[in-house]
Amino acid sequence: MYKVLDKSIIGADEMVLNMGPQHPSTHGVLRLKIVTDGEIVSHIEPIIGYLHRCFEKHCENLSYEQIAPFADRCDYLAAMHMGHAYAISVEKLLGIEELPLRVEYIRVILAEFQRIASHLIAVGVFGLDVGAITPFTWTLRDRERIIDLFEQVTGARLLYNYIWPGGLAHDLPPNFVSRALEFLDYFEPQIEEYNNLLTTNKIFIERSADVGVMPKDVAINYGVTGPSLRGSGIPFDLRKDEPYSIYNKFDFDVPVGQGLMGTVGDSWDRYYVKVLEIKESIKILRQALAQLPEGDVQAAIPKKIRPKKGEVYSRYETARGDVGFYIRSGGKNMPSRLKMRSPAYCNLSILNEISAGWMISDVITILGSLDIVLGEIDR
Amino acid sequence: MSSIIDYLVDSLSFTGIDDSLLLVLAIHIPAIAIFLVMVVNATVAVYMERKIAAFMQDRLGPMEVGLFGFKGGKKFWGGIGQTIADAIKLLSKEDIIPDNADKKLMLLAPFIIFIGAFVTFVAIPFSENLVVSDFNIGIFYIIAMSSVGVIGIILAGWSSNNKWSLYGSMRAAAQIVSYEIPIGLTLLLVVIVVGSLNLGDIVQWQADNRWFILHSPFTFIAFFIYFISVVAETNRTPFDIPEAESELVAGWMTEYSGFKWAIFFLSEYANMLIVSIVASIVFLGGWLSPLAILNIGIPQQWMFLDGPVLGIFWIMIKAIFLIFVMMWFRWTFPRLRVDQLMYLCWKVFIPFCLANLFFVSIWELLWSAIFK
Repeated sequence: MYKVLDKSIIGADEMVLNMGPQHPSTHGVLRLKIVTDGEIVSHIEPIIGYLHRCFEKHCENLSYEQIAPFADRCDYLAAMHMGHAYAISVEKLLGIEELPLRVEYIRVILAEFQRIASHLIAVGVFGLDVGAITPFTWTLRDRERIIDLFEQVTGARLLYNYIWPGGLAHDLPPNFVSRALEFLDYFEPQIEEYNNLLTTNKIFIERSADVGVMPKDVAINYGVTGPSLRGSGIPFDLRKDEPYSIYNKFDFDVPVGQGLMGTVGDSWDRYYVKVLEIKESIKILRQALAQLPEGDVQAAIPKKIRPKKGEVYSRYETARGDVGFYIRSGGKNMPSRLKMRSPAYCNLSILNEISAGWMISDVITILGSLDIVLGEIDR
Repeated sequence: MSSIIDYLVDSLSFTGIDDSLLLVLAIHIPAIAIFLVMVVNATVAVYMERKIAAFMQDRLGPMEVGLFGFKGGKKFWGGIGQTIADAIKLLSKEDIIPDNADKKLMLLAPFIIFIGAFVTFVAIPFSENLVVSDFNIGIFYIIAMSSVGVIGIILAGWSSNNKWSLYGSMRAAAQIVSYEIPIGLTLLLVVIVVGSLNLGDIVQWQADNRWFILHSPFTFIAFFIYFISVVAETNRTPFDIPEAESELVAGWMTEYSGFKWAIFFLSEYANMLIVSIVASIVFLGGWLSPLAILNIGIPQQWMFLDGPVLGIFWIMIKAIFLIFVMMWFRWTFPRLRVDQLMYLCWKVFIPFCLANLFFVSIWELLWSAIFK
């Protein structure tokens, strides 16, 4: 890390560099106003809002059923998670305590597949950010198979509208379990390949280890969640700590950053936590696919969603962290207020704190390790 | 070793034209030949690069555009006409110059870079006697001319009036100027052993003794230092920080398009060919066949494999292999950071080169004292 010297001695002027909103590595339409002294960055101001679609305001004029596909569009890389998170919050608002077991199992299976798909993008794009192009195409190749599975289930490849409040749109196709197991058998050895190509590459370690260290206290103060928080060594995962759905039935670990290549909480740790989480998701998937019960997936779907007056806040662990839906009902079929807590928004807010003093190349690395999705930040 | 220019002047002397005028006329023939070599090299190398990338990334690469109706099918040769189509597209594109750019300098920059690569070819032997001009300071000339291009890079970055371009050109200037030192020092080591700067003499020395890469442990190390340094000098991954498409958009080429961008590309691939040929001449025996190095007593009827006609084949095989390794690097490695790149050059390569230079001198003295 390079601290800018006393500027009065070297007489250096600082320059404002505008990165984005059209830039290959800002992961969407993010604009960074970077104050630099040569290569060394002294201050970063992320400017967001280029993808603002008034999601929250729109929801005040849509019925609860209509919001379900809309929620998908927030985090387009983990649409299944957003649908699930929204469905859970509406169920909580309606007071639906228990769903058919098959619904819960299918939700968990698809959510874990979605987590793998989303982390594959994150892992590949992080490689792209530090200059390695091949890992990205490899991860996309394997993500494609998950997308194919989703297409067989839901008919859509990116935005599914499959998880509805109270149940699912329809049941799984007949041979889904065997196809899913076939994919897992194919996919598990691939993780070792990514590690050989990227994770343990000397240049990759040089570029990401010790870069952008996020200490525990700073991460907590900024409200960072998800793999970025776990990279700092805090084993906080809502699936374990506040189990929703049926996550308490499964046996899995919460991987945390251990500083294997440098300091705990560096970019390499944030990256490697995602690789380990893919392995844990496979563990959950194998258990869930083995136990998948029979049943009706639409039995619990309410005829009309018209909750009583009241408010609810529910949390959900997406691929990016803790997404929260606050819904206040005025007794109508539309929420009178809906607020979404976006994990990527909170994760992005730490950018200036951990990347000041590093070089422009490191800003790209750190931004890639935070794994932001602008659709979710801007909503 | 004679050169093409000498040969042309000799064979055209019957016309009775004044000698200096004849030289000016004769120069045009190798000049066009060099230009064609550069164009063909860029076309083939781009196709090769895209196919190698596709192979490594589990994709097919270009598959659609054919050549004279030959599409290559779903085999390796699919899309063989793609780079030609790309070249035509680049030449017919609109040439965009930003409003606040320095137009004259922006126009000048691609030509300086092109000339840097172009004139270097004058001293590059493609085989025994197949050299445009054979002069006694060949290596020195090649080192000098291959660094002319950096002026064009700085001009391109400055004149574009774009902060990304400026960053790219500043990085490129620092990188290329730094890495010239280990390149120069490793080549100096060979010059010390041979006692000549002439490329023909260096290959002749290797024919008499052995390939330089196998000559001593120090020349073995020197080959790898040289190769890594030229990868850095040609701005290839893992040292492509001046272009760094994920950081600097396209570095110093950001504001360029169409024809001028095509010229940058042409020069980049020409530089790759130049450094690979120099590496194969200086360290890998140049136009000598690998049969000779084994020294296994080749039967008389196979000796023609060692001759000057097949020399171009051997030298190109070696150069293309080195180009392939560069492409292999590009699709495998991430990119280094600026300070890591400088660290590698100034704190690793240069001390190693200086130590190498010292030890190789001792080695030569001891070798000649013991074995002669």
